[in-house]
Amino acid sequence: MPVEGSNKTDNQDFMKIFDARIERDEKVEPKDWMPDAYRKTLIRQISQHAHSEVIGMQPEGNWILRAPSLRRKVALLAKVQDEAGHGLYLYSAAETLGIERDELYQQLLDGKAKYSSIFNYPTLTWADMGAVGWLVDGAAIMNQVMLTRTSYGPYARAMVRICKEESFHQRQGYEILLHLVKGSEAQKDMAQDALNRWWWPSLMMFGPTDSESTHSEQSMAWKIKRKSNDELRQAFVDATVPQAEVLGLTIPDPDLKWNEERGHYDFGPIDWDEFWQVVKGDGPCNRERMAHYTKAYEEGAWVREAAMAYAEKKQKRREAAKSDLQVA
Amino acid sequence: MKNNWPIWEVFIRSKNGLSHKHVGSLHAADAEMAIENARDVYTRRTEGVSLWVVESKNITASAPTDADALFEPAANKIYRHPTFYNLPDEVKHM
Ligand SMILES: [Fe+2]
Ligand SMILES: [Fe+2]
Repeated sequence: MPVEGSNKTDNQDFMKIFDARIERDEKVEPKDWMPDAYRKTLIRQISQHAHSEVIGMQPEGNWILRAPSLRRKVALLAKVQDEAGHGLYLYSAAETLGIERDELYQQLLDGKAKYSSIFNYPTLTWADMGAVGWLVDGAAIMNQVMLTRTSYGPYARAMVRICKEESFHQRQGYEILLHLVKGSEAQKDMAQDALNRWWWPSLMMFGPTDSESTHSEQSMAWKIKRKSNDELRQAFVDATVPQAEVLGLTIPDPDLKWNEERGHYDFGPIDWDEFWQVVKGDGPCNRERMAHYTKAYEEGAWVREAAMAYAEKKQKRREAAKSDLQVA
Repeated sequence: MKNNWPIWEVFIRSKNGLSHKHVGSLHAADAEMAIENARDVYTRRTEGVSLWVVESKNITASAPTDADALFEPAANKIYRHPTFYNLPDEVKHM
């Protein structure tokens, strides 16, 4: 856009209208004027969210064929299919901001776009399917419920749809653990072990503490986010501790204690070095996840091409049939 | 390789008696595949009894900058609403 006097004034006017709209809690829709930085922030956040849903299918996909019963298998299969759907809702929300699907995929393939670090941890036992549903989906729900009120219309609508589907995800996970803790000693140990491994990474899902979080403040001002990382993390801990008690499992944090004065649970320090190590690509499964994704993408290329070629052929045939009619 | 599958907008009739409502979009090679994909992506929980798919490029939208010119004139025509007309209390339902 040329920087002329009149355009600058226009932009300032648009900015005022935009800020007032955010202030009134009115949603921003795709064709509305929005600041470039707002658009970029949303593309980054929504695509990262979409990539997380897609990569997030891998740790659970790992157990579909080994589910211990048909009931567990259909539930896990349906959950993983939902996650694919969540990825698709989110990609289509991101595309309304003027970025193409291919570019989004390419950013993930090139490692330019991130996905949630939680999916770089391995799922070692069947109990992990319980812990992932309970804790990972539980943490995601905290964040996603907040995002149903985000200021960008298509993102908010995708979140409403997603939240409706998430609650089954968490319940099926919790139910898996409920059964294990009622089982043999070995099964109970397996459930405890899964909680031990997934607890801290789940707390890290909310991102760095507020004082260290680079994008948070502006996102809050634009009402993209409505609660801070630390607020969400605290809400998650408060909601989850009583659920662990029902299971009779111990949360692996010696500092975890109810704080009467605050009306919240206090919890111990998070290992941020581990967090950054995984974010930067050195978690237990980063390479495996990307290798699998890349392989699936490349091996699917001929299908995408063939489908398009077939569609074009059918279209040509239809046109030919039409012109034949006209000639006759 | 560029994925050149076009974008389709998806509309669902949640039950007979209601209109189709926009729910989102997806990519598909042609209309037939768009319907099949819409079934899988948007109706996994009996959300609908009928689907419409429209290739996005075929939709013409009004410009947000025209919104005032288009919709403002209706705002002050309060005489188009029933409450503009005063009737005595004895006339109960009208
Ligand atoms: Fe999800
Ligand atoms: Fe989920």
